[in-house]
Amino acid sequence: MSEPLLEVQLSVNGVVHDLRVPARRLLSDALRHDLGLTGTHVGCEHGVCGACTVLADGRPVRACLMFAVSAVGLNLTTVEGLAGADGTLSNVQQAFAECHGLQCGFCTPGFLTTITAGLRDNPQPTHEQARDMIAGNLCRCTGYQNIVKAVERAAELGA
Amino acid sequence: MKPAPFDYVRPGSLEDALAALSGDPGAKVLAGGQSLVPLLSMRLAAPSRLVDINGLPGLDEVTVSPGGVRVGALARHADVLTHEEAARVQPLLRLALSHVAHATIRNRGTTVGSIVHADSAAELPMVLTLLGGSVEVVGPSGTRTIPASELYVGPLESSLAHDEIATSASFPALAPGGRVAFAEIARRHGDYALVGAAALVEGGTVKVGYVSVSDVPVVVDLSGVPVKDLGEAALARLEPAGDIHATAAYRAQLVRVLTERVVREATGDE
Ligand SMILES: Cc1cc2nc3c(=O)[nH]c(=O)nc-3n(C[C@H](O)[C@H](O)[C@H](O)COP(=O)(O)OP(=O)(O)OC[C@H]3O[C@@H](n4cnc5c(N)ncnc54)[C@H](O)[C@@H]3O)c2cc1C
Ligand code: FES
Ligand code: FES
Repeated sequence: MSEPLLEVQLSVNGVVHDLRVPARRLLSDALRHDLGLTGTHVGCEHGVCGACTVLADGRPVRACLMFAVSAVGLNLTTVEGLAGADGTLSNVQQAFAECHGLQCGFCTPGFLTTITAGLRDNPQPTHEQARDMIAGNLCRCTGYQNIVKAVERAAELGA
Repeated sequence: MKPAPFDYVRPGSLEDALAALSGDPGAKVLAGGQSLVPLLSMRLAAPSRLVDINGLPGLDEVTVSPGGVRVGALARHADVLTHEEAARVQPLLRLALSHVAHATIRNRGTTVGSIVHADSAAELPMVLTLLGGSVEVVGPSGTRTIPASELYVGPLESSLAHDEIATSASFPALAPGGRVAFAEIARRHGDYALVGAAALVEGGTVKVGYVSVSDVPVVVDLSGVPVKDLGEAALARLEPAGDIHATAAYRAQLVRVLTERVVREATGDE
């Protein structure tokens, strides 16, 4: 017996998509496999690493801890939605480029979405607050120093 | 790994949600999903039906009265943490919530979900127990209030019936002149505590609640115990166990240190 599929409408980066997915499809998989938005990365799949972080109505959430069917009615923003329509980098993206805030880049989408929301809530973080803003995201490469610098640089640029 | 297949319903009313739950003995409530989804992904749980309560109206409210703070089942940790009135009436809520996971998890995870998930490594079940709060639940035969003292029956096990939904949790206000303190040791801020402790000093009594020390949330009454004896007095009533995160001896040492720390802070004897 094949698994029943549900009709789901997802609003991602301002575009409404209609998909048919099983109830158990994680939002992270729906974004990556059904919509081809592979910027959202999957590391641990149990909420620990933060690579899959997307914005839901502007707030960062783990896409691996939500089902696509539960995301109906939310305005989702993935890393693909952060740059301008003409490709201009957002201030957070620009700051990561300037400060060398990434090495392999696997963790980067989750940092970019998290920091985008973090700076909206607190546009002028102290050094401590900048560190705290990224505390829920893991990076295996950078040692975090340049990521913290990027948060502070993005705050200067006016995120 | 991915979750096993399940049947999914997202009811628009409490009646429909209760019917969906009682219609399938293998059904489970889905709130924030921050504990349940990892369990499903690791296939440690495989419910046949998920009843997503996120579409239920009126459950996302945090209501503050002089008597305390009432948190609806869809209020996220983040909503409770940033609620100024709630922090004024019962300051332990904010103190404890700032240690619950990371901001991103708190945006989705619910305070009531954490309380009924009944993890003794979680902060809020202990806070509810220490404060003597309660949970309001609805089931096929109506509404009942479960006091915290009757809520926790075993590891990850609450006294809610399978077909009941918790609609809110109530935390009593801090008494006039009362004081609270919270401290925990975790490998990284936001991780589950190796040991956590909260002190409640009210009307001459001193109580301390512990996180990650036993299978269920535990509170000991340390009224009248001299400061230098606090740690041993607490340990006389607790049996911290060892696991891959910390040995029993290390947990016992954390109990000693944290008990003294939170009681000193709450009694103003720093
Ligand atoms: C990486 C990570 C770190 C975390 N760290 C911490 C931490 O340090 N401290 C901490 O306390 N928590 C931590 N959590 C857990 C988090 O606080 C969750 O929000 C919480 O445990 C469960 O709330 P939820 O709304 O997500 O519930 P869900 O995951 O949706 O549900 C959990 C359980 O409760 C049941 N349930 C939920 N709501 C109801 C209801 N209203 N009525 C009846 N049953 C219900 C569900 O059926 C399920 O069995 C962490 C989670 C993650 C992913
Ligand atoms: S993949 Fe979602 S938090 Fe790691
Ligand atoms: S840059 Fe490689 S994991 Fe962060």
